[in-house]
Amino acid sequence: MIWSVSWRNIWRNPVRSGVIIAAIAVGMFAGVFTTTFVKGWMNQRLEVGVETEVSYIQVHHPRFSDNYDLKMSIENGKAISEKILSIEGVDGASPRIVLQSMVSSAETGTGVKIIGVEPEQEKTTSNLYTYISEGDYFESVSRNPVVIGQKLAKKLNVKLHSKIVVTIQDANGNITAGAFRICGIFDTGNNMFEEMNLFVRYSDLRNLISMNEGIAHEITVHLTGQDKLDRVKSEIAAAYPVLEVQTWKEVTPELGYLNEIGDMYTYIFTVIILLALGFGIVNTMLMVVLERIKELGMLMAVGMAKLKVFGMIMLETVLLTLTGGVIGIILGVVLTMITSNSGIDLSMYAEGLEDMGYAAHIYPVLETKMVIIIAILVILTGIIASVYPARKALKYNPADALRIDM
Amino acid sequence: MNVIEIKNLVKIYNDSEVKVHAVNGIDLNFQEGEFAAVVGPSGSGKTTFLNMVGGLDQPSEGQIMVGGTHVDQLKSSELINFRLRNIGFVFQAYNLIPVLTAKENVEFIMQLQGTPKKEREQRALELLKKVGLEGREDSRPSKLSGGQQQRVAVARALASKPKFVLADEPTANLDSKSTENLLDIMEELNKQEKITFIFSTHDQRVVNKARRVITLEDGKVISDVNRN
Repeated sequence: MIWSVSWRNIWRNPVRSGVIIAAIAVGMFAGVFTTTFVKGWMNQRLEVGVETEVSYIQVHHPRFSDNYDLKMSIENGKAISEKILSIEGVDGASPRIVLQSMVSSAETGTGVKIIGVEPEQEKTTSNLYTYISEGDYFESVSRNPVVIGQKLAKKLNVKLHSKIVVTIQDANGNITAGAFRICGIFDTGNNMFEEMNLFVRYSDLRNLISMNEGIAHEITVHLTGQDKLDRVKSEIAAAYPVLEVQTWKEVTPELGYLNEIGDMYTYIFTVIILLALGFGIVNTMLMVVLERIKELGMLMAVGMAKLKVFGMIMLETVLLTLTGGVIGIILGVVLTMITSNSGIDLSMYAEGLEDMGYAAHIYPVLETKMVIIIAILVILTGIIASVYPARKALKYNPADALRIDM
Repeated sequence: MNVIEIKNLVKIYNDSEVKVHAVNGIDLNFQEGEFAAVVGPSGSGKTTFLNMVGGLDQPSEGQIMVGGTHVDQLKSSELINFRLRNIGFVFQAYNLIPVLTAKENVEFIMQLQGTPKKEREQRALELLKKVGLEGREDSRPSKLSGGQQQRVAVARALASKPKFVLADEPTANLDSKSTENLLDIMEELNKQEKITFIFSTHDQRVVNKARRVITLEDGKVISDVNRN
């Protein structure tokens, strides 16, 4: 009956309770939706980072990463990438030649990373080919085709089928240059990636730098799921102990931090909202207790134990908080479900976002764990907020409480 | 048989530099089935005396025995339990929990005592019938008149099967008809259930109904008239 009494007591003053419930609902709606929004945003960045840019695992010569020296190559890189394909959990492996170079157009030039790929194998480890916005992915141009980013194209002031010149140091230490024709322009929404990378055919680049067939500076490995990351890394490392094997978390640790920081930020945000709401809840419950001093005095006089009175006030507070919390969480979940399909268009901020590597169209993501944590935080807020008013309720001696003029 | 035995009861307040003897040596016994009124002007010690008898306050000196238990020696937490199981209360106002129905208010005490659901439902209905509220079991206090609310309070006070019922100015907020109804019911229950009723009152109608009238002044009993 304590549950029934507590629940009904909340509705003794429906306007007052309604106001605080609405405040909590709005706060929790904001908390849930921010959490799902940020999660979606971070997930998108992570997905693009892994699926488009770095893949799940990368294999290099152990000294390659020091200064990208073209001599630090994997001699039989192509053959090793074939063998890696046979590991369980691996669904793609692609050998790459990776070099630092200069690229120039008629108007200007800039430093870039030039990546020589086998197009069909590259498609198994990177979905960059799906981001081609103009032209194609090594199909139309037969001689020295190049795929560049939209941002780089703008920088060089070139367009589809334009010619650009790549200047590079070859295996013999000579500076050499090659002309390439743009067959495709990609738009990933990540300006940094688009500006810093251009893709040519493996064979064209190998010829330009006069290196042996079969070498690779980098082998990218694609997996069927994130859960296989550590195991596959260990297997590759065990099979090829002289090579450096890294997961995406090691290649671009900032991608992993982003996800963790994103989660932490949104929980802190939710806690701050609840802290602010907590004061409102305390204020409301104090009013409730002060209005009911005589009634509480009567309850203690007839034999209701102080602990039960304390529990009743606490339960009222928790139920009040939970009612608002549940409404807010449901609203947040509903909006997330709607926007997870349609997305949220932030294109008015596109330039700034894409400069930092973030897409301008966000799809919020709902995780059950997130909703459970927020629900627990709501309950905890109710419990903590109830302590002061509940203690206040016990302060009065029953005989004195019954005689207070109200 | 004595239900309540009071020996040399004293209560001293030390609120300021002056000590106030609110109750200054009271010796009284109450037997089973008594229908007694405690009267006295403001400042007579009536409230303080009844608070101690009801286990709501502890004496400075003296003894209160209820059913063989030294109430004066019980700790605060023990007093709460003692009141729950031994004393029924009817207050002047704020008797009932506004969000519960009449039946639920009567059941509430029994639930605190741990009475099984079926038993307490049955007893609640029986008691409400005895106080003339059959058919109003599912009404909340706001839907009942003042007199009806006090009748529910009486039913609740009896629900716990107390050794005695303490009624503090139960008729203060009632009109004459309601007062008469209430007193008749309480008298009837007193005779049927043989439960001691002790009233604190300024109401002459209550005094007229009582079979024993105890008058207090300056913390002492100045008269104790038994009309049996």
